[in-house]
Amino acid sequence: MAEAAVSAAVSTPSAAVPAPLPVRAVLPWAFFVGLLALIALYFVGAEQGATSLFAGSDVHEWVHDGRHLLGFPCH
Amino acid sequence: MHASTVRTLLVRGMLAGLIAGLFAFAVAYVGGEPSVDGSIAVEEAQAAQEAAHAGHGGEEAEEEEVVSRSAQSTFGLATGVLVYGVALGGVAALAFSFALGRVGRFSPRATAALTAAAAFTTVYLVPFLKYPATPPAVGNPDTIGKRTTLFFLMILLSVLLGVAAVILGRRLAPRLGNWNASLVAGFGFVLVTGVAFAVLPANDDAVKAGFPAKLLWEFRLASLGVQVVLWVVFAVVFGFLAQKALAARTAGAEPPARVEVPAAG
Ligand SMILES: [Zn+2]
Repeated sequence: MAEAAVSAAVSTPSAAVPAPLPVRAVLPWAFFVGLLALIALYFVGAEQGATSLFAGSDVHEWVHDGRHLLGFPCH
Repeated sequence: MHASTVRTLLVRGMLAGLIAGLFAFAVAYVGGEPSVDGSIAVEEAQAAQEAAHAGHGGEEAEEEEVVSRSAQSTFGLATGVLVYGVALGGVAALAFSFALGRVGRFSPRATAALTAAAAFTTVYLVPFLKYPATPPAVGNPDTIGKRTTLFFLMILLSVLLGVAAVILGRRLAPRLGNWNASLVAGFGFVLVTGVAFAVLPANDDAVKAGFPAKLLWEFRLASLGVQVVLWVVFAVVFGFLAQKALAARTAGAEPPARVEVPAAG
C-alpha cells in the first residue's frame, strides 16, 4: 500500500510529459476519421450549395442556419 | 496497446466535440439567430420593394419553404453544429495523438489546449479573416461555387501552414531554444498567411451593397462566438478526458522501472 503510494508520487512528474504515441498506431485512424470528417463537413458546409450529390435542397435547407453561423458560404 | 489508446482518445475527442457542440449550439441559437432572422427580414423587405417598383405586386417575394424557419433555427441548426463538433472533435483528437510528447514538454491537458487553439486558429479564425461568415440572403447566388471553393481552399492552406509552422518550430528549437523557435515559427506563419491573403481573390459580392452594417457585425460576432465557445469547451473537456485516459495507461500498463527513468533526468 505504502509502496504503491510512493511509486505513484515518483511517477507523477514523468506522467505529466507522456511518451509520444507511435505514428503507425495513429495513421490508420487519422486516415479513416479524416475521410469521415471530410464527408460530414461537406454535407454541413457545401452540399446542395456549390455542388450537389443529391437532387433538391433538403440538406441545404436543413443545415442552413448552421452553415451560415459556422462560417461557410451558403448563398 | 497503442492502437487501443488512440481509439480511446478518438472516442473521447468525439464525445468532447459533442459536448462542445451543445454549448456552441446554445450560443448560436441565443446569439446568432436574431441576426439570421434580421437578415432574412431585410431580404424580404428588399424583394417586396423591388417587386413593387417593377409592378409585379409582390408575387415573386414569397419563396417556397422546404424547411420551416422554426425547424431551421432549432433542429436544423443543432444538426449542423453537432455534426461539425463531433467531426472536428475526432480530427482534433488524432491531431492531439500526433502532437502528444512531440511538440514539447507538455502534459496531456496542456497538449489538448494547444491542439484546440491551433484547430480554432487554422480551421476557423484564419479563413474567417479572409472570407468572413455572411448572414443569409446577402450573397450573389451566381458566385456561390467560387466562394465555397475559395473558403475550403483557405482552410486547407491555413491547416497546412499551421502544420509546417509546428514542424519548423521543432526543427529550430535545439538551435534557438523553445521560445525563440516558437516566435520564428509563429512569425513565419503570419507572414505566409499575410501573403496568401494578399494574393487570393477577394469576395466582394459575398455581401450586397446597402446591407445594414450593424446586422452584419452582430452576425459575424455571433459566428466568432460560436467557434470560440466550441473550441474552449472542447479544450477543457477533452483535456480532462485525455489526461485521465493517459494517466490510467501509464499507471496501469507500463512497468514502473520504465516510467521512473525520465523522472530522474
Ligand atoms: Zn443560406
